[in-house]
Amino acid sequence: MTEKTPLYDSHLAAGGRMVDFAGWIMPVNYGSQIEEHTAVRSDAGMFDVSHMTIIDIQGPDAEDFLRSTIANDVAPLLVNQALYSALLNEQGGILDDLIVYRLENSFRCVVNASTRQKVLDWFGVHAYTNMTFAHKPQIMIAVQGPKAIQRLSEVADIPQLSQLKPFYALAFGDWLIGRTGYTGEDGVEVMLPVEQGIELWQQLRDVGVAPAGLGARDTLRLEAGLNLYGQDMDETTSPLVSNIGWTVAWNPPGRDFIGRSALEVQRGNVGEKLVGLVLEDKGILRHDQKVITNAGDGIITSGTYSPSLEYSIGLARVPAAASGDCQVDIRGKMKNARLVKPPFVRKGKDLLAKKLI
Amino acid sequence: MSEIPNEMKYAATHEWARLEEDGTVTVGISDHAQQALGDVVFVEMPELGLTISEGEEAGVVESVKAASDIYSPIRGEVIEVNPKLDDAPETVNEDPYGEGWFFKLQPQDLADLDELLDAEAYAEVCDAEDH
Repeated sequence: MTEKTPLYDSHLAAGGRMVDFAGWIMPVNYGSQIEEHTAVRSDAGMFDVSHMTIIDIQGPDAEDFLRSTIANDVAPLLVNQALYSALLNEQGGILDDLIVYRLENSFRCVVNASTRQKVLDWFGVHAYTNMTFAHKPQIMIAVQGPKAIQRLSEVADIPQLSQLKPFYALAFGDWLIGRTGYTGEDGVEVMLPVEQGIELWQQLRDVGVAPAGLGARDTLRLEAGLNLYGQDMDETTSPLVSNIGWTVAWNPPGRDFIGRSALEVQRGNVGEKLVGLVLEDKGILRHDQKVITNAGDGIITSGTYSPSLEYSIGLARVPAAASGDCQVDIRGKMKNARLVKPPFVRKGKDLLAKKLI
Repeated sequence: MSEIPNEMKYAATHEWARLEEDGTVTVGISDHAQQALGDVVFVEMPELGLTISEGEEAGVVESVKAASDIYSPIRGEVIEVNPKLDDAPETVNEDPYGEGWFFKLQPQDLADLDELLDAEAYAEVCDAEDH
């Protein structure tokens, strides 16, 4: 059973090569993944992310529900401010990662496509009495790149758009525009009604925003050092071994969110960590390849060719004490690599500059 | 639609083989294969002097998204590999039947070529995969 987003015909019209992704037929590229990647780093590109799940939570208990359910704390959020968080099980394993916006009269959660049913079920089981979940069909378009704001302004006169701070949103008619993304570049994610979304996609194309597929989305997020759920983290790994320990709000100490007691045990005592990896020999790092470090073996969780850096990079889960030079087993051959602290690229710049951990 | 020249023979695993005037056989991957792979960023070649049999793994081609094995379409000894692909692997996308060739074999038995698909039969293989 595969689903189509409302932009399916727009993807075909743009020459999209369609593949099955988590039950959705999505464009993997529109010809050249590298060109799409470069468009986002140097100008502007756009992604259809309508397959992601938008859940609106309303009612007097909504805030208490989220404070007891996710690892980051929504209490300090101002209206129209957003945060990134993990959703944990009782063992501290990651059920999903999500973005939560505090809106005027509700909270909006954006969760992954691949985890949709799992999260809806989990929310249902842990729901409070005085609150409701709503899911209305929307289009979500991520417009990303140094010219993203400029291009969006060319097609829609949105007051205050250029002043919008990262991880804040603004309402514009029926639209919600968040200064968020998954590329390491400036940009916004626009959530809007279906008809208007189809029109916006076309208008953005007309002003030169390049449609970009899942392929470019993956290389961009990996260069930006951002995790992909199901690959770099899952129900068997906690935020503390997934390089997102910063998203766990330990204060106030009395906030007893699901998974907290398990994380408290791990805190300051983790055996592993998720780090960046740079291949120094020729070849391409891939998911599941073995990493041999000075502190024992680890495993690559994501690997790819970096179009911006023109060599291969990855994320790897390695022993906590590992550092410096290491080797990667690529089809039985040992290749030289080194461990680094992600991100690799942000706002078009190479951040590595030989920094070692 | 991908291009499938008549002067080559093809393996169902998407390699092409072309008999040269000097009796050697040049091997590469088809236009259909390079399109399916997307941007090629790394090619691992077989070692010179290696004798490989038909269907045996002869190297790896990696695009941004995935690694794929290359199989030798016929039996023979590897006598040359394309030096250009080391620094410019994207040549495989740009010119799969020309500058983007992978390696040359001294064939063990030219009759092996008769076992491969002609352009028409290979086109059917590609069509079947697309639908």
